Amino acid sequence: MLRYTVRRLGQLLIVTVVLSVLLFGWLRALPGGPVSALLGERATEESRARLVQQLGLDQPLYVQYWKFVQRAITGDFGVSTGVQPGTPAMEVFLQRMPATLELSVLALLLAVAVGIPLGYFAARRQGGWLDNLSITWSLIGVAVPVFFLAFLLKYVFAIEFGVLPASGRQAAGIDATHATGFFVLDGVLTTEWDAAWNALIHLLLPAIALSTIPFAVIFRLTRASVLDVVEEDYVRTARSKGLGAMVVRGRHILRNAMLPVVTTIGLQTGALLSGAVLTEQVFNIPGIGQALSLGFQRQDYAVLQVVILATAMVYVLVNLLVDLAYAAIDPRLRTR
Amino acid sequence: MALLEVRDLSVRFVRKSEPTVSAVDGVSFDVHPGSTVGLVGESGCGKSVTSLAIMGLLPGRGTEVTGSVNLEGSELLRLSRREFDRRRGKDLGMVFQDPLTSLNPVVPIGLQISEVIERHRGLSRRDASREAAKLLERVGIPDPDRRLKEYSHQLSGGMRQRALIAMALACEPRLLIADEPTTALDVTIQAQILTLLKELVAETGTALIMITHDLGVVAGMCDEVNVLYAGRIVERAQRHELFSQPRHPYTAGLMASVPRLDSPRGQRLAPIEGSVADNIPWEGGCAFSPRCGNALAVCRERAPELETVEQGRLLRCHNPIGAAEMERAHD
Repeated sequence: MLRYTVRRLGQLLIVTVVLSVLLFGWLRALPGGPVSALLGERATEESRARLVQQLGLDQPLYVQYWKFVQRAITGDFGVSTGVQPGTPAMEVFLQRMPATLELSVLALLLAVAVGIPLGYFAARRQGGWLDNLSITWSLIGVAVPVFFLAFLLKYVFAIEFGVLPASGRQAAGIDATHATGFFVLDGVLTTEWDAAWNALIHLLLPAIALSTIPFAVIFRLTRASVLDVVEEDYVRTARSKGLGAMVVRGRHILRNAMLPVVTTIGLQTGALLSGAVLTEQVFNIPGIGQALSLGFQRQDYAVLQVVILATAMVYVLVNLLVDLAYAAIDPRLRTR
Repeated sequence: MALLEVRDLSVRFVRKSEPTVSAVDGVSFDVHPGSTVGLVGESGCGKSVTSLAIMGLLPGRGTEVTGSVNLEGSELLRLSRREFDRRRGKDLGMVFQDPLTSLNPVVPIGLQISEVIERHRGLSRRDASREAAKLLERVGIPDPDRRLKEYSHQLSGGMRQRALIAMALACEPRLLIADEPTTALDVTIQAQILTLLKELVAETGTALIMITHDLGVVAGMCDEVNVLYAGRIVERAQRHELFSQPRHPYTAGLMASVPRLDSPRGQRLAPIEGSVADNIPWEGGCAFSPRCGNALAVCRERAPELETVEQGRLLRCHNPIGAAEMERAHD
């Protein structure tokens, strides 16, 4: 198990290095660049040249990359030029990460908490109204673009009915202490319950919008997996022992049916992070998704590099954790 | 009084787009306390479906079960699922064909045994686990305390089947159904498992329904044998009578296709010609007639009834083996 973990961490290193090279070249291949973005179209040649030199963009690419690597090892990813000009890119990332994490975790929790039970019951009553309804719902969830759904939710619940806030992370008037940057957690830790509640209801609409795709995938996989497992001989054995419905369901059907679902949950982090870019835009949440879209608009190399690299590492790490969790659930993987 | 009375049991599979399949068609038999009854026949003859119907394990949807299954005076077919769950595992247990797929791969063997004890004997988790260790020892698994914590993939095929037997017998049911319990095992292990089953059944006084296609198993275990063909019983006799003189051509065919140590060298086995696929429905005559060497014209017109031909023997055949000789003896 330890060797496996070490090998996977080694793979993480390779992924990071390769991605950093690709990313570095790719960002610089985009038309425009931070200088045009910063100075605008009417800047003089001299001021352009000065800024190019200041940012070190006049040097050959491999020199730039080497300098980037040397600094990156010490945690210095350069200074933001567009998103929050003057702030270190790493700081931009760290400031914004909690908002995205909070949003993604809530969205994933929603997707799991609704998708798995619904998948189970839909499978057990295959062809029934619940099954058909959930399949349709999950289809819509996948087919409707996240940003459209986000706008729709915002329009209906925030603007028409006004029951939930339309944007931001917390109402401006609330006096809240922010220790960790996770607003809900902050509220709980400082027992400022109104602040925690306020942050939570701000998260609700974006989290629902963001959860639709992971929900649909988890629901469909759970359903298919339960349909498979119910046919297995060991479920028949469990029934032949006269075990109660709860034990058959939990211990014999779900524990086996969850194996493929667990893997998918890891893969869904990708969908969550890419979905966050759009959702954060619509609900004006200052997370890394918003930093990413701003970064592209303003050609902020430093912020883009740190955000994309960190996101990729999160993705790989989450999937490593999922694979380790898999071994914990499935004893067949432990002894082999 | 019989422990189990099966009367006119029929199972039909009804599918929307497909024609209805009659898997079991009016099967009746008794199982007396402590006795061993065999259900014998080729794949598809309805023997497994019969056992699943008795256990109430057939899928609810698309299955029509009619007739009566009476265990110690209570009608099993009329039990609700919840009521049935209180009887299954306690009053009747089942051992399945493939021990690998019949065990849950992600639940330790010990828990799979102790959960039955917990459920039906009301013991705590710890006491049930202690009982499970005793059971494992009793079914011949060495080092039971270690095995309790292991998973099915860590056990050998024989041990898996022993564990399944331990589960089925955990609450000392009055009736045990063994559905081809040795088919998936090595020949040497087969003998061990059969011996074990025989011992346990004798020790506990459990009645056993042995489902098999293997006449060798029948010869070693059963008191009474029912031969099934296309969902109906075609012959029933005590084991000795059946082996010394099979009367139904199908029974005789099954016996001729078993290799014997005392047959002359070089003699070829005599398989039954054709396959179950050649069956005609019973409505159009005897289902076995297309494959039967004894078939007469009447066999293809009218299905024979199951009739008592002598003490303890039932037969469903227009032209049984030895009929001519018997008539001659009468004259």
